[in-house]
Amino acid sequence: MNRGMKISGGILLGIIAAAFIGPLLSPHDYQQTNFDALLQNPSSSDFHFFGTDDLGRDLFVRSMLGVQITILVAIVASVVSLLIGVAYGATAGYMGGRVDAVMMRFVDTLYALPFIFFVILLMVAFERNFLLIFVAIGAINWLDMARIVRGQTLSLREREFVEAARLTGVSTARIVFRHIAPNLFGVIIVYVTLTIPQAILVESFLSFLGLGIQEPQTSLGALVDAGVNQMEGASWMLLIPATLLAVILLCFNFFGDAMRDAFDARGEK
Amino acid sequence: MLRYALKRLLGAIPTLLLVIVLAFLMVHAAPGGPFDDQRVLPPETREALEAAYNLDAPLHEQFTNYLSGLLRGDMGPSYRYRDHTVSELIGNAFPVSLKLGAMAMLLAICIGVAAGTVAALRRNTLLDRTVMVFAMTGISIPVFVVAPVLVLLLAVKLQWLPAGWSGNEGLARFTLPVIALALPQIAYIARLTRASMIDVLASDFIRTARAQGLGTSAIVRYHALKPAMLPVLSYMGPAIAAILTGSVVVEEIFGIPGLGQFFVRGALNRDYTLVLGIVIFYATLVVLLNLVVDLLYGVIDPRIRHR
Repeated sequence: MNRGMKISGGILLGIIAAAFIGPLLSPHDYQQTNFDALLQNPSSSDFHFFGTDDLGRDLFVRSMLGVQITILVAIVASVVSLLIGVAYGATAGYMGGRVDAVMMRFVDTLYALPFIFFVILLMVAFERNFLLIFVAIGAINWLDMARIVRGQTLSLREREFVEAARLTGVSTARIVFRHIAPNLFGVIIVYVTLTIPQAILVESFLSFLGLGIQEPQTSLGALVDAGVNQMEGASWMLLIPATLLAVILLCFNFFGDAMRDAFDARGEK
Repeated sequence: MLRYALKRLLGAIPTLLLVIVLAFLMVHAAPGGPFDDQRVLPPETREALEAAYNLDAPLHEQFTNYLSGLLRGDMGPSYRYRDHTVSELIGNAFPVSLKLGAMAMLLAICIGVAAGTVAALRRNTLLDRTVMVFAMTGISIPVFVVAPVLVLLLAVKLQWLPAGWSGNEGLARFTLPVIALALPQIAYIARLTRASMIDVLASDFIRTARAQGLGTSAIVRYHALKPAMLPVLSYMGPAIAAILTGSVVVEEIFGIPGLGQFFVRGALNRDYTLVLGIVIFYATLVVLLNLVVDLLYGVIDPRIRHR
């Protein structure tokens, strides 16, 4: 644990705690409109700490809801990408030879594609729903994980304990999941922390364009979008969610970087 | 070299085919047709519309029709901009986006490489740390946060630069969008350059050059820069994709009538043919530009060429 990790981790925990506890303490609710209190400046009067939006909804509660959803999407998407990436990478690495070559060639092909456009296409083609956003984001973030896991597996499978397992007649699937996967734990944790900010980025990008989370639900991307439309008269509507999003992303990136330096001396890729 | 280029070009064909099939299937697997969310149409109008857009044919026939159209540069009519074909819309909008993207890329490479090199030469000084903190911030903060904040600061509050596209001329209207688009890439390239420059500067041939009495600036310029550029060059592929993605946001925020704006409008309006056409266009562009980057790699690094 170095200092950068402690600071960024502390800030993240603080924001997440505030996001889940804050709305419970506020007298306001995320979708209650109030036409007597449109576009109020941030102040402590009537508990509008972050002001109100153009419909008089409390921006503090909405921002905190945005953080909740952003974090939630990021975690679920990271789990999806983790499952796909580990299964794919471990299989390719363990099988080796031609199977490995074909599987990794496929990953290289996918790497070259501007994935976000396919996600948008997916959002256009199907009704936008939560689950689809999770899966779509997870489905585009597994490539890095697959590469890393494959590399690790390639070296693990030559080790004595794997050979011993093979000699005693353990099945291939069991070797991959029971003997190799647990040894990948450290690397996986590091890369999951680095996947989370990417997932947050994709989700907020989609919501910003109006293709993600739908009203009255909200996420930080959607709040930034609303802020852009009101920025001349009510700059806090832009600056508050923008700052929150920036700080969250920055902390995750710092944390992930520091973790990689601490646990994985091989550096990038 | 030529053989290598041809081989890579042939290798790109399956990728593109995969893109087209994937995009086509996604659009056609959609529940409900493109005419569903308008007012209820009488059945015969509906059938006539579907026949006009060839939607009543079996799927594989629609696909072969679409593919043969693509090869002739015809992406079909737009569902929403009734008087235009998709190819026309792309043809009109793309030059604006191209200009924007090329300027951003150029700016990103120049400033990113310069900042990274300086940071590497002044390693572990205050200057280095400052550059790296800025770079980390630049990587973390998305374009759709940078762009509106820049507008708020430089256009609304300080009024130094125009915020909008229409009503302004020349470079002035490009300045803010290009900066917003380039910032994250500057940050990324600076980090890459610093890391690889530190590696290169520690290598034996640099020590030899220094022992022969060459000054730092000559060493960087004639010996270190080229090998240090290789990681930056291989980042160009992802950078191109990132700039395309970013331009979608930037065009939306600044009201630039480029391809990205059409893409978002098309997506929100469920203009299937337009969105499909633009996705295929973007993917082709990225695949081809990646190819160019790979070939450039061979030009700069002779070790790659003979593989």
